Amino acid sequence: MSNADIRIVVAMSGGVDSSVAAALLVEQGYDVVGMMMRLWSDESMGGAAHNRCCTPEQMEDARRIADKIGIPFYVLDTKDVFRSTVVQYFIDQHRDGFTPNPCMECNRHIRFDWLLKNAIALDADYLATGHYARIDQDESGLFRLRTGVDVNKDQSYVLSVMGQEQLSRTKFPIGEYPKSEVRAMAAKYGLNVESKKDSQDLCFLGNSDYRTFLRLHAPDVMTPGPIVRKNGEVLGEHQGLSNYTIGQRKGLGVSHSEPLFVLAMNPYKNALVVGTRHELGRYTFTVNRINWVNGQAPTESFRADVKIRYKASPQPAVIEPLNDGRICITFDDPQRDITPGQGAVIYDGDSCLGGGNIEKFEETILEPA
Amino acid sequence: MTDKREVYLDHSASTPVDSRVLDAMMPYFSDVYGNPSSSHRFGRQAEQAIEDARASVARILNCKPNEVIFTSGGSESDNLAIRGAGWMARQHGKSSRLITTPIEHSAVIRTVEQMGSSMGFETYIIAVDKLGFVDIDDFRHACEQGGAVGSVIYANNELGTIQNLAQLSQIAHENDILFHTDAVQAGGQLSLDVQELGVDLLSLSAHKFYGPKGVGILYIKEGIELLSSQSGGSHERGRRAGTHNTPFIVGLGKALELAYVENEARTQHFTAMRDMLINGVLERLSDVELSGDRDNRLPSHVSFVIDGIDANALLMHLDMKGIAASSGSACKTGNPEPSEILLAVGYTPEQAKCGLRLSVGVHTSEDDIQYTVNVLVGAVEKLRKLSRELTL
Repeated sequence: MSNADIRIVVAMSGGVDSSVAAALLVEQGYDVVGMMMRLWSDESMGGAAHNRCCTPEQMEDARRIADKIGIPFYVLDTKDVFRSTVVQYFIDQHRDGFTPNPCMECNRHIRFDWLLKNAIALDADYLATGHYARIDQDESGLFRLRTGVDVNKDQSYVLSVMGQEQLSRTKFPIGEYPKSEVRAMAAKYGLNVESKKDSQDLCFLGNSDYRTFLRLHAPDVMTPGPIVRKNGEVLGEHQGLSNYTIGQRKGLGVSHSEPLFVLAMNPYKNALVVGTRHELGRYTFTVNRINWVNGQAPTESFRADVKIRYKASPQPAVIEPLNDGRICITFDDPQRDITPGQGAVIYDGDSCLGGGNIEKFEETILEPA
Repeated sequence: MTDKREVYLDHSASTPVDSRVLDAMMPYFSDVYGNPSSSHRFGRQAEQAIEDARASVARILNCKPNEVIFTSGGSESDNLAIRGAGWMARQHGKSSRLITTPIEHSAVIRTVEQMGSSMGFETYIIAVDKLGFVDIDDFRHACEQGGAVGSVIYANNELGTIQNLAQLSQIAHENDILFHTDAVQAGGQLSLDVQELGVDLLSLSAHKFYGPKGVGILYIKEGIELLSSQSGGSHERGRRAGTHNTPFIVGLGKALELAYVENEARTQHFTAMRDMLINGVLERLSDVELSGDRDNRLPSHVSFVIDGIDANALLMHLDMKGIAASSGSACKTGNPEPSEILLAVGYTPEQAKCGLRLSVGVHTSEDDIQYTVNVLVGAVEKLRKLSRELTL
């Protein structure tokens, strides 16, 4: 079977990475189809005109590039399913005192489920995206998810939700290249996107930030409340829980004999829990909603590196499977910004083994009042 | 591999230029290039070609040549007819009310809306039934209240339903109201005899009947004054300023002439292809409805409402198999709005996103239709299965 007999749907955003991914596949002779998802964006915050990943300009760019490289291009209406999964999850998690990673949720429900199924229905053999990550197979034929060659751009963290079925149907054409080379290729192919900025922030926020978004959609997490120590001592007033992140020191507006850091959010009492540097650092936490890339949950403890944020560096830890399917992770050294709701993603070298969502810590879970 | 087979079933959107039409046009690009308004020989040659085209159009419309003016296409003709009639009525202190239907082409409905919202014109939108027929009693009722112009589409672009213009124009005239029809979809297929139809104003566009894009006509019954939309030189007796586009006007004349010389054969072919497609789809797919009227329907026009199918996704699947079709809710931005036409005739907002239009042409073959029925049935089944999977 020649490449021409292999149909690949490329998720295009009009940006540098997905445009080059598409151009590379065309150059390799595949039967390439460009697709863009029209995602939900808040009408009251400027709507699609300001939506960061499907503005009319981005759509124009993607369409222009598709024309230039000679592939069909379609825009899929993804608004409803995106709103009911990713956006709702974002709101609910904030309400419950978590700091979610909506991109991970999007990869789980939208990109590698909804879009992948749409691509397969269009007789595609693969879905390709412009992510910085690599897919290969080990000796036994199992698919592996590996970090992108460009470590600064590596996106395996948000792809850790992928299993064997998704990986067997996915290609990451630019995972083998550093970003600088991807930009150079964009110029070489004449795509005229090489100088576009990298996308920042969440696509559905419109022309505003997440605080404004939450003020509108989850006003309860944006109402002032007490700043407390673990023992309940009230130190001041916060401006709404979702304004803060775990480990934050600046901007708390409380004076104390030693520096204080955000330890946790307690949505039931609308309290921001703060403590000293000593109280902040922790070794151990639990993780739920776990995906194992190879499809096999481990039965025994093992050592691996764990990333607790998209931009964090992997830290050595012991991973202990719990008998209910969750895992307990214990770092060798205490970490200061373990944030409930964020992903904890496990690595063996450059191979991503999987991951899940960080749970709340027992000592800061306060029951509903 | 992308399927090599290509089947174009979007003739209601546009048609290819007939090679005979193209041949007729060619000399007027670089051989006969004078400005038709010039008095010298170069100008006179071009003027002659334009007047020949005008006479040819007039024969088909059964009107006088000076009742035909050339425009840039259907949208301009519609604008000139409605704006021109509305403003002229206002200028003469007569009722300037604009009467139209909710199933007009946007060139008509948006013009009426703008004149209503921004220019203080009174407007009236006539009721239509599920098949897309104008409610005659409502139209009569509207006309009895007075107005400048009533505008009713001859055959609707999404439903294919053909209106009884003779009856409607008579009602308008009984109430001293001008009657305009957007005949853009009907052009080349249905009778354009303005005496029979009783219309005062009629818009046509050449690219719907194998002529070039960017040229159309407006028939203006002798004696009717319109305020011109485009001011400037005295072209077209002051009714439409702008240098004549000689080759395109020649092309329009030739294309319209061919369409009516060959009308019987074309109609027979269109109808056969249309019915084969309608029957093939209705036999093999469930939860599909033919929208518009079955009999009073444009010979080339097929339209369905296919329950539970996002028309955009369906068009994508058809395109991947080489089939070009369209939908009233289609958009290139992934943000489909329900078709206004389907909503207007009473489909639900959900159904109004499920409209599909397939329009046949002179080159459409039985093989094309069979292939299309097979692909369409397969795509609909696939999409229905996908949507079941995704809602699990």
